[in-house]
Amino acid sequence: MSGEDKYLRSNRLPHILCPGCGHGIVMGAVVRAIEKAGLDQNKTVIVSGIGCSSRLPGYMDFDTLHTTHGRALAFATGIKFAKPELNVIVVTGDGDALAIGGNHFIHSCRRNIDITTIVLNNRIYGMTSGQFSPMTPQGHLATTAPFGNVDRDFDICELSKAAGATYVARSTAYHVAQLTDLVSKAIMNKGFSVVEAVSQCPTYYGRRNKMGSAVDMMNDQKASGVTAAAAAKLTPEQMVGKYVIGELHKAEAPEYTARYHSIVDSLKDKEMK
Amino acid sequence: MLLLQGNEACVEGALAAGLDFYAGYPITPSTEIAELLAAKLPRQGGSFIQMEDEISAMAAVIGASLTGAKTMTATSGPGFSLKQENLGYAMYTETPCVVVNVQRGGPSTGQPTMPSQGDVMQARWGTHGDHPVIALSPSSVEETFWLTIRAMNLSEKYRTPVILLMDEVVGHMRERIEIPQDIGEVINRKKPTGDPKDYLPFKPDADLVPPMASFGEGYRFHVTGLTHDESGFPSGSNKITGELIQRLHDKIDRNYADIVQVETEHMEDAEIAVVAYGSTARSASRAVKQAREQGIKAGLFRPITIWPFPAQELKSCLAGLKHVVVAEMNLGQLILEVERQVAGAVSVGGIMRADGELITPAQILAYLQEVK
Repeated sequence: MSGEDKYLRSNRLPHILCPGCGHGIVMGAVVRAIEKAGLDQNKTVIVSGIGCSSRLPGYMDFDTLHTTHGRALAFATGIKFAKPELNVIVVTGDGDALAIGGNHFIHSCRRNIDITTIVLNNRIYGMTSGQFSPMTPQGHLATTAPFGNVDRDFDICELSKAAGATYVARSTAYHVAQLTDLVSKAIMNKGFSVVEAVSQCPTYYGRRNKMGSAVDMMNDQKASGVTAAAAAKLTPEQMVGKYVIGELHKAEAPEYTARYHSIVDSLKDKEMK
Repeated sequence: MLLLQGNEACVEGALAAGLDFYAGYPITPSTEIAELLAAKLPRQGGSFIQMEDEISAMAAVIGASLTGAKTMTATSGPGFSLKQENLGYAMYTETPCVVVNVQRGGPSTGQPTMPSQGDVMQARWGTHGDHPVIALSPSSVEETFWLTIRAMNLSEKYRTPVILLMDEVVGHMRERIEIPQDIGEVINRKKPTGDPKDYLPFKPDADLVPPMASFGEGYRFHVTGLTHDESGFPSGSNKITGELIQRLHDKIDRNYADIVQVETEHMEDAEIAVVAYGSTARSASRAVKQAREQGIKAGLFRPITIWPFPAQELKSCLAGLKHVVVAEMNLGQLILEVERQVAGAVSVGGIMRADGELITPAQILAYLQEVK
C-alpha cells in the first residue's frame, strides 16, 4: 500500500478545501514524509489548530487532534511531554501559528521540544474568507485591508531560528518532492522543527490580488522559491518577492523532554545514595 | 499530623489521587500549588511543566489527558479567565482534567492577595455556549485535600473537567490535617474493550459516558472541538448537534445524586437558613452557633458542590423556614441561583461584600438578630 492509501482516511474524502488550494498537496507530502521517516502509524499524533490547514488531520489516519485557534502547539506539548515515545506532528497555518498562536510558537522553539511543525503559509485567513494574516505582504489586498495591507509580514524561518528551533526549512506546494524530503528530515530531527510550506489560496488571496489561477500561483512558487546557492548570486533588489527554499538551519541543542527526564533520573540516583 | 496550607493540601490530594501531569503558569494566590508540584511530581514519576501562559497550560493539560494521564492545572483571577477557552474544549471533547481556581479579588488584576468568591458565576458560565459544569468548593484545609481527590475522581468517572473553586482564605490558611495511607476509592476512566477498528470514541454507554482510549494505543481516533458525531468527526447536522449538547448535560444531571454534596448544621428546626460556601461558611457556622445560644433558630446550609447547584437538598429544607440568607464574598452571585430555586416559597436576603475583607461571624450574627 502506498503512503497515500495507508495514511489517509479515504472514507473522509473528498476534503472540504476549495478547488486549486495547495493544502492537499502539502498533506500528501506530509504523509509521504511520515512513510519515508518510518514512523509507527499507531504511535504518531497529528495536531492542528483552527483554519483551512487545521482541517487536514481529519483526513489523516493517525491519532488526530483538532484543537482551538492558535493552541495546537500547546496541546502538542502536553501530548509529547506526557508520553515522549509518541511522534508528534503539528499542522498549522500562518494565522494560526503566528498571530493568535505566535506566543506558543516562539516558546515551543525555545524549549526545543521534539515536535515537527508544518506551517502551511497561504498568506491569508482562508477559512473566514480572506482577512490579512501576519504573512500577508505589505500592500497586498485582503477583506480587512481593502486599501492594501499596512502590516509588515514575518519571515517564519528567521523567527523560528532566532527563537531556538533546531531544524528549519522552507519549500512550496510546487516543490513537492523537496517538501516531502524536508518534512521527513524535520521529523527525524530530535528537537523542535519547523517547515514552512508555501501554499496557494486562489480563492481568497490570489483572486483579490490578481495573481491568476492556481496554476499561475504555483508557477509563481516555482519562480519565487530559489535555492540558497541561487540566492547568493542575486542582488537584494533581485531578491524582492523571492524566498530561499531548502534546509535553512540545523543546530544541536538538548531536547526538552529528554532533558527533563534526565534531571528526574539524576534526582532519583542522588536520593538513592 | 501536619500543619498545611489549603494549597499544600490540594497538592497532597492530587498526588494521592494519582496525578501524572501538571501544567501551569504562576499567579497569586495559587502559585504554591505549582511550586510544590514542580518539586514533588517528578519524584512520583509524573511531569510538571510551566507554560508560557494560562491558555497554553490548559491546552497542555488536555493534550496530556488524551494520552491517558491524570492532569491538573491551577490558577487564580485573570488566569481563570484565560482558562475558559480550553475549559470549553475539554468539556466538549469529554477530556478529564481538574482546574483549580484559588479565587482572589477581581475584576481585572483586582486585589491579588485578597480573598473573594467573585468567580462563582464564571465557573458556571465562563466558557461560551451551553455546557454543564462540576465545581466543588472546600471550606477547610482538610476538605481541600479530600475535594481534590474527589474532583479528580469525578473528572475521570464522567469524562469532564472539574473545577475546584477555592478561595484565597482556604488556599493560604494553615490547619492541622492528617493524611491517611488509605484514601479510599481512586477512579480511573473507563477504557474501550472492543476491536480498535470498531471504536467510536464518542459513543456513550448506558451511563452516557463514552469509554476513552488514549493516543498511542492503536485506536487512531479523531478529536475536535467542532460539533462531532459518535465517530468523533465533525457534523453539520442539527439533530446531532442538539443530541450531543443534550447528552453532555444529561451526563451530569442524571448523576446529580453522585455529584452533589452538601453539609448542614442545625437545619432540622431552623427558621432562618444561612447559605454559605468556602471560607465564608466558617464564619456562617460560628454565627449560627452564636445565634442558637441566643435562642435564634438559625441553621447552616453549605453547598460543597456548587455546580450543579444542590437545589433538591435546599428545597428539602424549606419546611419551617421563614428566611434564607446567602453570605458570599461578592455582590451577589450564588444568591441568584438560590432565589431561582426557592422562588415564592421563602424570602431571600444577602450578606455580601467585595472589598477584600472576610465576612465575619459578627456581621452574619447581626443580620440574624435583625431578621429573627
